[in-house]
Amino acid sequence: MTRRSFLRTSTVLATGAAAIAAGLAPLRKIGHYSSVEEFLQKQYKELSPAEMKVVLTRIEGEVERQYGIRPHVRDYKPMSGVQFVYALNLSRCVGCRKCVHACVAENNQSRNPEIQYIRVVKLPNDGSFDLESGDVNYTPKSVPEAGFFYMPIQCHQCHNPPCVTVCPVKATWQEADGITVIDYNWCIGCRYCEAACPYFARRFNFATPSIPKEQINPKMSYLGNRPRYKGVMEKCHFCIQRTREGRYPACVEVCPTGSRKFGNILDPDSEVSYILKNKRVFVLKEELGTHPRFFYYFDI
Amino acid sequence: MRNYATFLVRCGRLAFVGDWRYYTWLGALTAVILLGLNAYAKQFAVGLITTGMSDQVSWGVYIANFTFLVGMAAAAVMLVIPVHIYKNEDLHDLVIIGELFAVSAILMCLCFVTVDLGRPDRFWHLIPWIGIFHFPGSMLSWDVLVLNGYLLLNLHICGYMIYCRYCGRTPSKWFYYPFVFIGIIWAVSIHTVTAFLYVGLGGRPFWNSAVLGPRFIASAFTAGPAFIIIALQVLRHFSTYRVTDKALMTLRSIIQVAMLVNLFLLANEAFNEFYAGGRHIASTRYLFFGLHGHHALVPWIWTAVTFNVISAILFVMKASRRIPVLNITCALAIVGIWIEKGMGMVVPGFIPTPIGEIVDYTPSFNEVLICLGIWAFGFLCFTIFLRMSVPVLQGKVFMARPREAQA
Repeated sequence: MTRRSFLRTSTVLATGAAAIAAGLAPLRKIGHYSSVEEFLQKQYKELSPAEMKVVLTRIEGEVERQYGIRPHVRDYKPMSGVQFVYALNLSRCVGCRKCVHACVAENNQSRNPEIQYIRVVKLPNDGSFDLESGDVNYTPKSVPEAGFFYMPIQCHQCHNPPCVTVCPVKATWQEADGITVIDYNWCIGCRYCEAACPYFARRFNFATPSIPKEQINPKMSYLGNRPRYKGVMEKCHFCIQRTREGRYPACVEVCPTGSRKFGNILDPDSEVSYILKNKRVFVLKEELGTHPRFFYYFDI
Repeated sequence: MRNYATFLVRCGRLAFVGDWRYYTWLGALTAVILLGLNAYAKQFAVGLITTGMSDQVSWGVYIANFTFLVGMAAAAVMLVIPVHIYKNEDLHDLVIIGELFAVSAILMCLCFVTVDLGRPDRFWHLIPWIGIFHFPGSMLSWDVLVLNGYLLLNLHICGYMIYCRYCGRTPSKWFYYPFVFIGIIWAVSIHTVTAFLYVGLGGRPFWNSAVLGPRFIASAFTAGPAFIIIALQVLRHFSTYRVTDKALMTLRSIIQVAMLVNLFLLANEAFNEFYAGGRHIASTRYLFFGLHGHHALVPWIWTAVTFNVISAILFVMKASRRIPVLNITCALAIVGIWIEKGMGMVVPGFIPTPIGEIVDYTPSFNEVLICLGIWAFGFLCFTIFLRMSVPVLQGKVFMARPREAQA
């Protein structure tokens, strides 16, 4: 190799390397790279109880580092003999959206960018049931407004969930108690489930979620309300960290009109069993064959 | 084996040899790739919030380009079928060019899918046996299989044929004929499976249509050969590779049929949507006429329809036998189909949302830069593939016989 060709080759190589380095410069902004353990973690169902214990401790550490508060993260299991069902009384709902805010607070949803699981659609009393003529961004001084009714929509926890079918890596599945959950550590963020859901129930973390320290709910579950990661899906999970302990979901508890009912459909004496037997009940988009566990009903 | 290694090394060297025009072209492409890489680094660091996508419109221009390019890759089969089934002599030497084009298109597809992922670091979850591969349940897992399979098939066929030419021996039929025929079916399957990604979603009436798959194939078999017609002329201009006008005309007659079928199927879809009316046509109405004051896609789709109709008319007219007219016609068809099948197919599927919300989508600047970077990468691959294979195919680069080597 002559001196000149050596100089030329090394100039070309150096320029190329500098250009690539400049191109990749924005990567320096990443504050926290995922640890080796996080990168290699197995899918939820493949974790042994011992491995799960290690994972939960690691996640507690992660949350503490990011949000400055030590949470208690548990892996809540479904209770046997329980199948959850939700019923929502359209005659009573006034569209106050207290459920939306209670859900955000309970489930550590990102405040910026904002993520909410419940969408309340304001529909005109005009003889139709056309969701397209609805409004989700209504801001009146007080509710309810005359001439309108309100239809809250959240995950319908379908018996035949299209989102679970389409997931290419089985990062989302239906649990024994009927709740469809997501392993936030297994999701690759392709958003195919979001395209498949007929109820607009799934949300994607377009950025790293941010929650003020004082608003963190430290009682967390692995498949439920622990803070999510950037680039993964999340959705309503019927407040797994409450309902699997026999408590009501936050949205049911907060509803001032009692429009929201929740319970075990396998128990013939439960409130939801009574509603399904005695009220005029319907499900949204029945023709799609998704068999929701979320029912709407009217008082009369 | 050693010969093969030498072959690869010599091909690799060839990629970096050329005149000033070649270096300028490669340099320009590399510059665009670096811009795209920089934009992707930003997206990787901050998240997909750097794109124009939202929960309402959760797939955008990445998936639109992906869909279009799967079709371009499948279209290589429009050279393979005439040559291997109908023994067409004019296209015979051009098959490999078509297959190299398919390889480049698939590489771009893989890039587009990767940049669309929220967690590209977890890609290994998708690898069968290492991660958890939801097969056959998820259509996306089918897509992973067929796309990578098609890539391997084409790499094998091109690599083997070019290597045989390099060694100066006739290719053994058993080593490539079965693959050629599997490749033909496979090409149709990659685009059908990609259509099924959309068709399989019952909650999205705009996509949930049986004619979407056939439409994909017809539009792919229009845009693909149209692109190859232009690429072959560029090749002819910058090298001494023999590309006859007759070969271009054969491709033109293929496009004539494909373009007419494409428009026919589009008309079927439009009739089905609009004549009976009903609730499910909201997305189509949004696309063509706008909905409740939102008109983001209307100018796009009418541009596409105009381009497609003009190019269809030109393709069937004798005028398009003249090369300059043919080139304009091909360009119109490529742009028309890119819009119709990309933005015009992916985005309206999300608008309105299943619960009636209307949110427009416009790709962000960063998103566009990433797309340009990937396109430049595809062109770079295709250029280098041609640079390496053309001299071998012309017999200018061949294996040194032992005696010649001594001399």
